[in-house]
Amino acid sequence: MVTASVPSNPQSKLVAREVSVFYGEKQAVFDVDLDILPREVTAFIGPSGCGKSTLLRCFNRMNDLIENCQTMGSMLLDGNDIAGPDVDVVQLRSRIGMVFQKPNPFPKSVYDNVAYGPRLHGLAPSRSDLDELVETSLRRAGIWDEVKDRVDEPGTSLSGGQQQRLCIARAIAVRPDVLLMDEPCSALDPIATATIEELIDELRSEYTIIIVTHNMQQAARVSQRTAFLNLGRLIEFDETPKIFTNPSEQSTQDYITGRFG
Amino acid sequence: MTSAAPTAISSQAAANRLLLRRQRAERRFQLYGILAISAAVGFLIVFLANIVSRGYMGFVQTEVQLTVNFDEELIEAGSYRKILRTSLAERFPDAGSSRAERRALTGMVSAGTVFVLRETIAADPAIVGTVQDVWVLASDPVDQFYKGRIDAALPEGERPISDASLARIAALEEAGRIALRFNRSFFSRGDSRNPEEAGILGAIVGSALALLVTLAVSFPVGVMTAVYLEAFAPRNRITRLIEININNLAAVPSIVFGLLGLAVFLNVFGLPRSAPVSGGLVLSLMTLPTIIISSRAAIRAVPPSFAEAAIGLGASRVQAIFHHVLPVAAPGTLTGAIIGMAQALGETAPLLMMGMVAFVAEVPGGFTDPSTVLPAQVYLWADSPERGFAEKTAAAIIVLLGFLLVMNGLAVYLRRKFEKQW
Repeated sequence: MVTASVPSNPQSKLVAREVSVFYGEKQAVFDVDLDILPREVTAFIGPSGCGKSTLLRCFNRMNDLIENCQTMGSMLLDGNDIAGPDVDVVQLRSRIGMVFQKPNPFPKSVYDNVAYGPRLHGLAPSRSDLDELVETSLRRAGIWDEVKDRVDEPGTSLSGGQQQRLCIARAIAVRPDVLLMDEPCSALDPIATATIEELIDELRSEYTIIIVTHNMQQAARVSQRTAFLNLGRLIEFDETPKIFTNPSEQSTQDYITGRFG
Repeated sequence: MTSAAPTAISSQAAANRLLLRRQRAERRFQLYGILAISAAVGFLIVFLANIVSRGYMGFVQTEVQLTVNFDEELIEAGSYRKILRTSLAERFPDAGSSRAERRALTGMVSAGTVFVLRETIAADPAIVGTVQDVWVLASDPVDQFYKGRIDAALPEGERPISDASLARIAALEEAGRIALRFNRSFFSRGDSRNPEEAGILGAIVGSALALLVTLAVSFPVGVMTAVYLEAFAPRNRITRLIEININNLAAVPSIVFGLLGLAVFLNVFGLPRSAPVSGGLVLSLMTLPTIIISSRAAIRAVPPSFAEAAIGLGASRVQAIFHHVLPVAAPGTLTGAIIGMAQALGETAPLLMMGMVAFVAEVPGGFTDPSTVLPAQVYLWADSPERGFAEKTAAAIIVLLGFLLVMNGLAVYLRRKFEKQW
């Protein structure tokens, strides 16, 4: 339950209170309190192994897949508990989509990649509905013009940047509220990265986005709020310009100026 | 400077020597490899040439053309033997009518000719009362002589065919009434005590039925076991124990599976002896570890990102496995299954215990009929003293190798067809 010590903003899309994650004996995330505001891009930055990906994967319960990984604390989506054992994680994951570090389209056609989620959740009752949903998803992911003539070709035949946008299209085809992005550009070249960053900025109007990034410039460019994590603890969480120009913590200052990490 | 120069030169020379030695070692290693491969290919060629040179004669059979009078009275009396005797006596009027002479004469053609005549009449009753030219199988000694396996220069007492018979064969040849023809009955009959009549269909059907049982049992059980162990089983002491035992099972001598099958399937469950259903079950016990191990390897080779992506989209674990992991793992799984089946096809030892290494003349009509299998047929024929069985053995080996080749070809084809790039 939400502890009284840290009052939550009633507008918050996602709320995390005293979230700790353990891998067996080893604790990876320590008592994180966090409020994610709707229709904003929140960036998680921090040195390697600071627990930012682990924290991100708490929101759609992907850590459940890892054996002997245990999550404590409470998490709310629109005020509803999502951390408890009774939560239907399948339902949850259709509301919180995820884009992975390495583009991972299924070895199927572009169309089937995007259509997989809607088919799974029965979002498109007829073939024409599905066609339309696939097209709007691909359009929204800014890849429609590039693939409209080859939706029947395997998704794996696209370039790396196109594959990642295909994965974004696949994620938004299930009409989630929240998009989690785990270093979505780390496997891409600078041009593809710029395209994805523009896309993230556009998607902000409809989705709440959390992005984990190693690239501080990227965090500064795309996010409205930035959380700095170090050694599993949330060090500082504030508006992005403030974090990058006038952080209140010394270690944040050290990290963003490149003194460690 | 002056002292450093010679050291540099000598170390240069040492480096050159080292380089030469390394290059020599690499060339030597290549040579060993080429030698090993040539030896293997050489053995294979000798083996195949030997089998084929012995076996191709098994696919042809000497046949004799007789002029048969399908006499209505004799047929009604059921004296098919008399019909045959009359027709032989007409062809060789020189032969005496003593009992021994008559027996020598009927000994020219296969002992089953009488039944062949009866079947011919049953198939076409219109020929009753007519005179027809009929090709019938020659007996084993005539067949072997005509194929050049018996030396006519040997004294009469040392060869299985008499001088009188040799003269008759010469007469038949002159009249164009003896010939090597494709041995259709080899592929349409079951086993027989007479080599000229022995066919392989019984063993082929027996093997096919047993393998169907094996496939039906071991494929689903094996793949499901592999899926569960790879994707769902918690990593604990019990699953580790199961994994180790599965790996060990693959190395258990196959006769032990036969003993187990005898004790469990025949004695406890009371399944029929010598039947494809019990043989197939024993073979499936043997095939299971192969299928489980290869399926697990195939599933493990699928990038986890596919399942992760599906789960991230809200697929359940089962959906992620069945929609994305298994299709990608399918070629490896199928290859493993077919290799396992090919192993089972060549297995004799466990079936020994199930009574499937046995003389079965009937072509099995179902899963519970007594039957034998291809390798057991090879073994049985190789054990028979008649000369004709030697070439049947080789011919059966060719058939067995042919099936193995087809199965392996199928494995390669399926792998190519279902392989996906990612």
